[in-house]
Amino acid sequence: MRTIAAEDLTEAVAQLCITANTCLGEDQLRALRRARQDEESDHGREVLDRLLENAAVSCRDGVPFCQDTGYAVLFVDHGEDLRVEGGLAAALDEGVRRGYERGYLRKSLVRGPVDRRNTGDNTPAVVYTDLVPGSRLKIRLLIKGAGCDNMSALRMLTPAEGVEGMVRFVVETIERAGPNASPPVTVGVGIGGPFERSAVLAKKALTRPSGEANPDPQLAALERRLLEEINATGVGPAGYGGTQTALAVHVESFPTHIAAFPVAVNLDCHSHRTRSIEL
Amino acid sequence: MSAGEGFRPVRVTTPLTADAVAGLRTGDVVSISGTIYTARDAAHERMAEAIADGRPLPFDVAGQVLYFTGPAPARPGAVIGSAGPTTASRMDAWSPLLIERGLRGMIGKGLRSDPVKASMRQHGCVYFGAVEGTAALLAQCVRSAEVIAYEDLDSEAVRRLVVEDFPAVVVNDVHGGDLYLEGRERWRRS
Repeated sequence: MRTIAAEDLTEAVAQLCITANTCLGEDQLRALRRARQDEESDHGREVLDRLLENAAVSCRDGVPFCQDTGYAVLFVDHGEDLRVEGGLAAALDEGVRRGYERGYLRKSLVRGPVDRRNTGDNTPAVVYTDLVPGSRLKIRLLIKGAGCDNMSALRMLTPAEGVEGMVRFVVETIERAGPNASPPVTVGVGIGGPFERSAVLAKKALTRPSGEANPDPQLAALERRLLEEINATGVGPAGYGGTQTALAVHVESFPTHIAAFPVAVNLDCHSHRTRSIEL
Repeated sequence: MSAGEGFRPVRVTTPLTADAVAGLRTGDVVSISGTIYTARDAAHERMAEAIADGRPLPFDVAGQVLYFTGPAPARPGAVIGSAGPTTASRMDAWSPLLIERGLRGMIGKGLRSDPVKASMRQHGCVYFGAVEGTAALLAQCVRSAEVIAYEDLDSEAVRRLVVEDFPAVVVNDVHGGDLYLEGRERWRRS
């Protein structure tokens, strides 16, 4: 059994929160640059230029790329032969607390939809843990703003509605979101499982490096089709009209019931912030 | 937006006159300088309560521009933290109350409701779009920032900002133009 100290994990998470919020990942920067090359509308190109300029300034000055520094969502692959001395959950929360304070990041969480007092430190961390073989700890952090999360949707399709129904639902979600999701967006699509599994998969899909295809060729083809149809909507950067509405579509699938075809669509704005570490 | 290819920004100075508002057209790239005020969800709720109770608003909205933002904390020595626009539709329930009282401009991102757009046309108010993912650049346009009301709301408090060359685009003008609709139709391929 391997042991790591809670303090080491806490410090790593704190730094990860700061880095993710101030410096966009290289994959996201590449996606924005490619969109800038391909965009046909003047307003769209202008928006993409400013996004890239903002990325350079925020990373250089160590200030958040976007003022909505969101939820800290952590997908943790927890090796079965690993123990965090002091406890995993407490270490992750303390990491978020420390990172948001030290990094001058906005504290955006309230205690609940009814009791809307701010928690004061951006905790709790939103944590999804999978037990995996081995003794490593892998964390994928997604900084999730609310504007785009609010435009996300889930529908329980029937098997008869099938792939065509799914494609229609994803494109409709983008159309309905329009400028509110701050395009160009990254689109996470979770299909299968019972109800809640598709939603978690849609979020997890957002942590994949931008544009990396699903290893399943059938799903990879679906991702390409969705990207093409989404970019035909004309929503464009910031919703001002254009050809670059989404930078990437990531589909994740899970076995499902003979009677079911759940589809969840989680949108992430142009401030797509994700980072990973392994301890 | 500043110095973009093909765009020469229209210079806009606050407070806005009815004539200045009438001269703006959907799609115009503008550069805003002068005093603006910040407010988002919680501050709007309190301003609506003040109106209902017959109490004064934290500032006289006549001619003014409201920026829907909740900035990140300022680093030591900085005027303000990153400050991009939040989704304006969440303010739709309250905006007409302020527009009826003379508010001439709003800066945000995202769709507005039909009642808000009708109120804007009727009373002469324009909706500017800013880009949320340019929050660090937008903060650099802020010369001074001062909390003037609802300090307990922290990031959501009402602030008076003095801005210089703040880049935005006219989304909804007072003539019925709507960049979100027109832009999408122009570029739709499906």
